[in-house]
Amino acid sequence: MKRAFRNKNFAAGFILVSVLVVFTVLGIFWTPCDPLQIVADNTLQPPSGEHWAGTDRLGRDVFSRTMVAGQTAFSIGLITVFCAMVTGVLLALLAGYFQGVVGNIIMRFTDAFKSIPSLLMAMMVAAILGRSFFSTAVAITLILIPQFIRMTRATVLKVKESEYIQWTTLVGLNPFRVMVRHILPNVVSTIIITASLAFSEAVLTEAALSFLGLGIQPPDPSWGQMLSEGQRSIMTAPWNVLLPGTMITLLVLGFNLLGDGLSAVLNSKTAKEV
Amino acid sequence: MAKRILYSILTFFLVTIIIFVIFQLIPGNPVLNKIGLEPDPALEQLLMEKYGLDKPPLERYFDWIINLFQLDMGESIRYGLPVNQLLLDRLPNTVGLAIFAFILVGIVGIPLGILAARFNKGGRGTLLNGATQVGIAIPSFFLAMILILVFCIKLGWLPVNAFTTIDAGLLPFIRGLILPAVAVAFSGISITVRYVRNSMVEELNSDYVLAARNKGVSEKDILYKHVLRNAMIPIVTILGMIFVSIITGSIVVEQVFTIPGIGALLVTGIQNLDLPLVQGICVYVSIVVILAYLLLDILYMVIDPRIRIKE
Repeated sequence: MKRAFRNKNFAAGFILVSVLVVFTVLGIFWTPCDPLQIVADNTLQPPSGEHWAGTDRLGRDVFSRTMVAGQTAFSIGLITVFCAMVTGVLLALLAGYFQGVVGNIIMRFTDAFKSIPSLLMAMMVAAILGRSFFSTAVAITLILIPQFIRMTRATVLKVKESEYIQWTTLVGLNPFRVMVRHILPNVVSTIIITASLAFSEAVLTEAALSFLGLGIQPPDPSWGQMLSEGQRSIMTAPWNVLLPGTMITLLVLGFNLLGDGLSAVLNSKTAKEV
Repeated sequence: MAKRILYSILTFFLVTIIIFVIFQLIPGNPVLNKIGLEPDPALEQLLMEKYGLDKPPLERYFDWIINLFQLDMGESIRYGLPVNQLLLDRLPNTVGLAIFAFILVGIVGIPLGILAARFNKGGRGTLLNGATQVGIAIPSFFLAMILILVFCIKLGWLPVNAFTTIDAGLLPFIRGLILPAVAVAFSGISITVRYVRNSMVEELNSDYVLAARNKGVSEKDILYKHVLRNAMIPIVTILGMIFVSIITGSIVVEQVFTIPGIGALLVTGIQNLDLPLVQGICVYVSIVVILAYLLLDILYMVIDPRIRIKE
């Protein structure tokens, strides 16, 4: 752990993500104002002592809304990355272990999914399932799965070459047991790195979907949606877009740095152990 | 190479199946959206037949594929016009934006990456790492708004809605695309800078550079005559990724600058559950992406003989 922090990327990412987690968790218990309260005679106010980041078109407190919207970003990120990880790793183990027909089918579909730009895919799915938190989560999970498959399978193939795995086939151990007990532990570091980078993509996609009006629907706040609302009054009230936009950037930046740092730390570690 | 082409064709069919299946799952009847709240069974039946929605899914898939080969994507339910025509009307705007963005990635990203590799020491490396990481993290639509705030509102260099179609002349068209193109290209530029830099630094540490140095070849010649050539080969592999990021970026950025392009058309199509329109756009975009990946792979084989021989 101590060594990990010597990596600048990891340290910066870890600090950034931690600060944002604290900011978001704090928002569950306390916000400076009621994030949903509409005050008709208090619209588009500039930042002040009462409203730290000003108010929006409906007179709602931008700072409080940004805090609460963080919960949306984190919950979408956690849920989608977890679901995509479980599905993707399972499929990757199958595709890596059974390289014949099963593996081929899985990989061809993974490649086909790669040919549809992920935002396009997410837009289609979100539209079909009707715009809601649930459909946004399903759409993002779907576009994250191929990454987990490709990254994990590459490592599975490497591990499979090693002698002790070859030996399990030789003595006829149950393939599923081998996959879970012997191959899975070796791909954990790949999965962690992929998950960190996938989290960024989840946050970015949620923001883009909500910005286009296809993601999280009002009155639930999300950063992307705040940007699209704020854009209408960007000339007079730029604070409506600056804070939520900065939050998206920082969260994505944090997880990207974390992912790059982890990749450097974990890969050098495995390299040394081998 | 024949194998690679066959493989692209297979991918194309899988993509059409995926897109078709997704659209079969749409709840609600797209035709009902058109005729409104008052259901009229006779009219509904007529429209269902017109759009072929009364046939079984498999038959519809084959009809759709056959029409696709004749480049006929059917008629938009919302606009009542052929999908092709709607797309062609908006194509110049989106293609203009994409080309502009791609050029920016090339003329800004590559030289900056080379510079970064030449001056790769101490604090500069950290600064560059931070700057490019922010460039990758910032959503294109947020960057677009910052550009509007700075260049249109603060500095007043450009009007907020500067976009005009190409009919109004090439120069006004390009002028209107400056800010959108920067917003779309930004993450691509950041990725390119990082990639070019890493690739060059790696090459600079190789044995042939050491040999050249010992022989007394000047640093400049080593960099531009030897290293740059080898370092550029891996760049081809990220072009596909950048291409996709430009397509995705333009969907959202068109929305910020109210550019009537394919992205805007797609968003309207999805909001109205306009099945033929959205299906058409998705298939065309996917075909372009598949072709781009295929061309890049071929290009890669052409410029790097080692890969050709391995195949």
